[in-house]
Amino acid sequence: MSVLIYAENAGGKFKKSIFEAVTYARAIADQNKTNLVAISIGDVSKDELAALGKYGAEKVLNVSGDKLKNFVNQAYASIIAEAAKKQGADIVVLSNTFSGRGLAPRLGVKLQAGVADGAVALPEQNGGKFTIKKTAFSGKAFAIVELTSANKVIALVPNSYKVVETGGTAQVEDFAAETKDSDFRAIIKEIVRSTDKISLPDAEIVVSAGRGLKGPENWGMVEELAELLGAATACSKPVSDAGWRPHSEHVGQTGIAVSPNLYIAIGISGAIQHLAGISSSKVIVVINKDPEAPFFKVADYGIVGDAFEVVPQLIAAVKEYKASA
Amino acid sequence: MKILVCVSNVPDTTTKITFTDNNTQFNTNGVQFILNPYDEIALSRAIELTDGGKGEVTVINVGEVNTEATIRKALAIGATDAIRINAKPHDAWYVAYQIAEYVKANPFDLILTGRESIDYNGSKVAGMLGELLDLPSVSIIKKLDAADKEATVEREIEGGKELLTIPYPFVAGTAEGVAEPKIPNMRGIMSARTKPLAVVEPVEVKTYSEVLSYETPAPRGQVKLVPADETAKLVELLHTEARVI
Ligand SMILES: Cc1cc2nc3c(=O)[nH]c(=O)nc-3n(C[C@H](O)[C@H](O)[C@H](O)COP(=O)(O)OP(=O)(O)OC[C@H]3O[C@@H](n4cnc5c(N)ncnc54)[C@H](O)[C@@H]3O)c2cc1C
Repeated sequence: MSVLIYAENAGGKFKKSIFEAVTYARAIADQNKTNLVAISIGDVSKDELAALGKYGAEKVLNVSGDKLKNFVNQAYASIIAEAAKKQGADIVVLSNTFSGRGLAPRLGVKLQAGVADGAVALPEQNGGKFTIKKTAFSGKAFAIVELTSANKVIALVPNSYKVVETGGTAQVEDFAAETKDSDFRAIIKEIVRSTDKISLPDAEIVVSAGRGLKGPENWGMVEELAELLGAATACSKPVSDAGWRPHSEHVGQTGIAVSPNLYIAIGISGAIQHLAGISSSKVIVVINKDPEAPFFKVADYGIVGDAFEVVPQLIAAVKEYKASA
Repeated sequence: MKILVCVSNVPDTTTKITFTDNNTQFNTNGVQFILNPYDEIALSRAIELTDGGKGEVTVINVGEVNTEATIRKALAIGATDAIRINAKPHDAWYVAYQIAEYVKANPFDLILTGRESIDYNGSKVAGMLGELLDLPSVSIIKKLDAADKEATVEREIEGGKELLTIPYPFVAGTAEGVAEPKIPNMRGIMSARTKPLAVVEPVEVKTYSEVLSYETPAPRGQVKLVPADETAKLVELLHTEARVI
């Protein structure tokens, strides 16, 4: 038995969420005194693949080919399931990214495995029992789920497990996987990447703004603050509904759930649906002119004030801090 | 075009989540249940795509009799007919399996689900259905345009988007942007009462997961307020105390 981690790449590189997932998978392998194999699909350099060894992978299976350059969940799921069977892996770990969420259920069926999506902690294993904590009710609670199947699929929420470097390099092996034509019925026509922006789901800092900003023309200061902090930008639902910002920035119960180290909310009231998607942020800062805004009840730090005065000052203060650091 | 929309019955978005029986049961006391918001988006798009006699929309729910109000809401929004598989939705695998069995006997051109349900947030039913029915599946889609033989969808990816074409039949999990949720009008509400709602008994299936208990997030401490003209103090606190910058 072993543990298999699917190392998803973004343009040939692994992101921090994958290092988290490898570290996490290593810890599960250690719990079971077994080995950790990673699998990568697409075009990734040998050096980048070997570097997964730093986080505890002993071996990396490399699958590439023209048809596999871009993510097709059906084909990728077939390959990962085949690798799991050939490696005798009974636990498959993924990152709970958009792609991970497309793969996990297909893998669950292929491997007849219970799926723990949205996992936020290591499983507890005793006497053959396997329980795991996952997010539920859009971040308003956690569920402790027992997986009763022999095989298990776990999707780890980005930013919920700390990366540990153990040194070492992994041995890279090419893995020849069989795919069927029917795995490629969905055809990718175009990929549009906004490369200059930090992606919201795995951002460590998020600067978010709401209807208090009055209109899309006032987002310049939000973007400036985000850029200074190396943060992703986000917004509340009415803001994306009004078309001031794209839907992909909408966080909350019906938007994206985020769990950054720092969430800065500007001119957002803190409605229960908004809080649902951001409550697992480690530190919350709220800027709102209304001292009664519900957001202050869940915030760690707050400034009661007008965003149009506070944010420019905050930008200046961050610049000063950076200059002196 | 025949479209199937999978709908779930979930606690209203304003629900304060609490538990009973030593944190092993979700407390439904005083909780209003609604049509899952993402399923509403899927349903609204399905109705747009079949508008003007271009097809039919069936909604399907795995649930006990208490979910019928939610199913009627879907009928009021404009679905043609409804199926309720008469069972407690044990987990995503159980739900997907029941729906797949139904679809094997009653095929559809397009199967839509919401991107996730707002109670367990699993995003699993669409992908599991795809696998169980050997169909392509695509999750978290922001746009869905239908042509005769195939559809064009826009999928969200980290830091961007992807355009795909997919031949029918396929399964898709829809997110915001696919359609504006439709509000039932009086005629819809009246006709929903008489639209067909078939109750189907479940097939037996082994399940692979069990919720043992629940936890609520640890309460946060009191907010530390910083005067509006002392933003430098906030930056210092974030650096030295919170250690996040
Ligand atoms: C089914 C459903 C699902 C939903 N899902 C979500 C979701 O996923 N995400 C989400 O965000 N919402 C969601 N909502 C909407 C949610 O209920 C709130 O309406 C929304 O979060 C409010 O957004 P807001 O705080 O930006 O706007 P408002 O409620 O208008 O609040 C604006 C805030 O800005 C402050 N303000 C105004 N001017 C200034 C200024 N100059 N300086 C500083 N502060 C200022 C005000 O004091 C106020 O607190 C959902 C609602 C429903 C019914």
